[in-house]
Amino acid sequence: MNRVLLDPTSERSPAQRERLPRLDTLEGKTVGLLDISKPRGDIFLNRLQLELEKRGARVERFSKPTFTKPAPVDLRHDIATRCDAVIEALAD
Amino acid sequence: MASLPPLPEGLVAFVKRDCPTCLLVEPVLVQLAKQAPLTVFSQDDPEFPDGLDSVDDTSLEKSWHHQIETVPTLLRVKDGVEVERRQGWHRKEWEATSGIDGLGPGLPEYRPGCGSLSVDPNLSSELAVRFGASTLRSRRVELAEAEDEMEAMFDRGWSDGLPLVAPTEARVLAMLEGTTRSADETVAVVPPDLVDCTVEKVAINAVMAGCKPEYLPVVIAAIEAACTDEFNMHGLLATTMPAGPVIIVNGPIRRRIGMNSGKNVFGQDNRANSTIGRALQLVIRNVGGGRPGDVDRAAHGNPGKLSFCFAEDEEGSPWEPLSVTLGKDAGVDTVTLFAGEGPRCIVDQLSRDPDSLARSFAVNLRTLHHPKLALAFDCMLAIGPEHSRIFRQAGWSKQRLLDRLGELLQIPGSELVRGADGIAEGLPAGVKGATLPKFLPGGLLLVHCGGGAGLFSAMIGGWVRGSMGSQPVIQEIRP
Repeated sequence: MNRVLLDPTSERSPAQRERLPRLDTLEGKTVGLLDISKPRGDIFLNRLQLELEKRGARVERFSKPTFTKPAPVDLRHDIATRCDAVIEALAD
Repeated sequence: MASLPPLPEGLVAFVKRDCPTCLLVEPVLVQLAKQAPLTVFSQDDPEFPDGLDSVDDTSLEKSWHHQIETVPTLLRVKDGVEVERRQGWHRKEWEATSGIDGLGPGLPEYRPGCGSLSVDPNLSSELAVRFGASTLRSRRVELAEAEDEMEAMFDRGWSDGLPLVAPTEARVLAMLEGTTRSADETVAVVPPDLVDCTVEKVAINAVMAGCKPEYLPVVIAAIEAACTDEFNMHGLLATTMPAGPVIIVNGPIRRRIGMNSGKNVFGQDNRANSTIGRALQLVIRNVGGGRPGDVDRAAHGNPGKLSFCFAEDEEGSPWEPLSVTLGKDAGVDTVTLFAGEGPRCIVDQLSRDPDSLARSFAVNLRTLHHPKLALAFDCMLAIGPEHSRIFRQAGWSKQRLLDRLGELLQIPGSELVRGADGIAEGLPAGVKGATLPKFLPGGLLLVHCGGGAGLFSAMIGGWVRGSMGSQPVIQEIRP
């Protein structure tokens, strides 16, 4: 008895989603920098932008309305359609 | 659904020995068997009725499939199809169905039957599983022979740290009896993974939490409220602050499901209080994927994150309930979700006039999270009966108390600025010349609860208020 249980989870496939292939060059690529709106994230990202541009990348800046909530769907879509890669600055 | 097991031709009766009407009609069945093809299915004792060769239906398979609700039931079957059904003993009906007159001489004309074992509430969920009627969609997790059930659930990461009730199909089906909603209905999109959560998934987690079926509508309403943008469960998980969801229940359902609003209201012991909040947290954990150390980044957390759920003492309160303050009609069943930390006691055993007691509340409320921080946090003030009595006797309304607390909690900016009192924490220097309220309008909520002895109240500190934090959310409880 009681040997079969019902799965209480979201049953997401245990297989990891495959990552996109790593960029082989930054030259001419668009890199998004996502600021989650925590203090001083911009300082970190400004520095990253300089380094990326030195390597020939074009940089687009994005920011979440607030760090306490997930990025809105439109923002995620915007980043996905405009960028080849994205870097997120997590916290202060 | 399995195919219907066929019935024999002629007359078919379903009986059980543990039914006075079945005992009464025993001679009628014997009489019928002599004059017509009759098959008797016995639900509890294959030797019953005496003198007849009855068919053993102690598995209740035939009774369940043919939806027998009452015993005795007399059927007439023609060409494999049921054409007539009589429930209980009624001489004229039985004579009409059997085509035999003079049944049961000396018996009363009519006797109602008893409940069929196949619809016994203690058995019906097991039977539905056994006979394949379950429509549940969740993945089946089959445990290995040597696996301990309790350990298996811990191993799979389903537990909040305490033992769980195993979510078997029968228990989940029984849990679903607690709501009129269908199992596949979506309740909410649960953060942080933003997963559609069905009533079925809620029921599974409610079983694991130890809920009774009658708590399920409260759990569902709590999940609906928690998963709104205003309540911001995602942020509440992700914050390093200790707050978690606090559930306050209003309306008649509090009494119907036996919730505690009195002694030890925030403590252990009451099953509904302890398991409803736990069920919400298990849904966040298991369906939403919100686990401590992952998205839940609390530095300290608080013990209420296992379950923090209580009822308001509406009957003993001098004021309208919280749900009415938040805009619902009196008598409507609601849950209010508040993002709060653990409760902290406010002692005042000497105040006998309302202004003195309000001042006591204010000096304590001033310290919420830090005496030098203002505007940023909400608070729920839980007023005990011995304190509320002082306001009742003085004729103070809830609003009057809130207004007075608002006056007492106007703080000179000079006391709040960074560096004041030799403490770096505080507000920016720009507020120095201003006067600031500790709480923004609506940021202080009053609820009435606690035991009848003890001149105490309690404050439950909130998380960050407003659109980037959490706002209290009230939700009606639907059956």
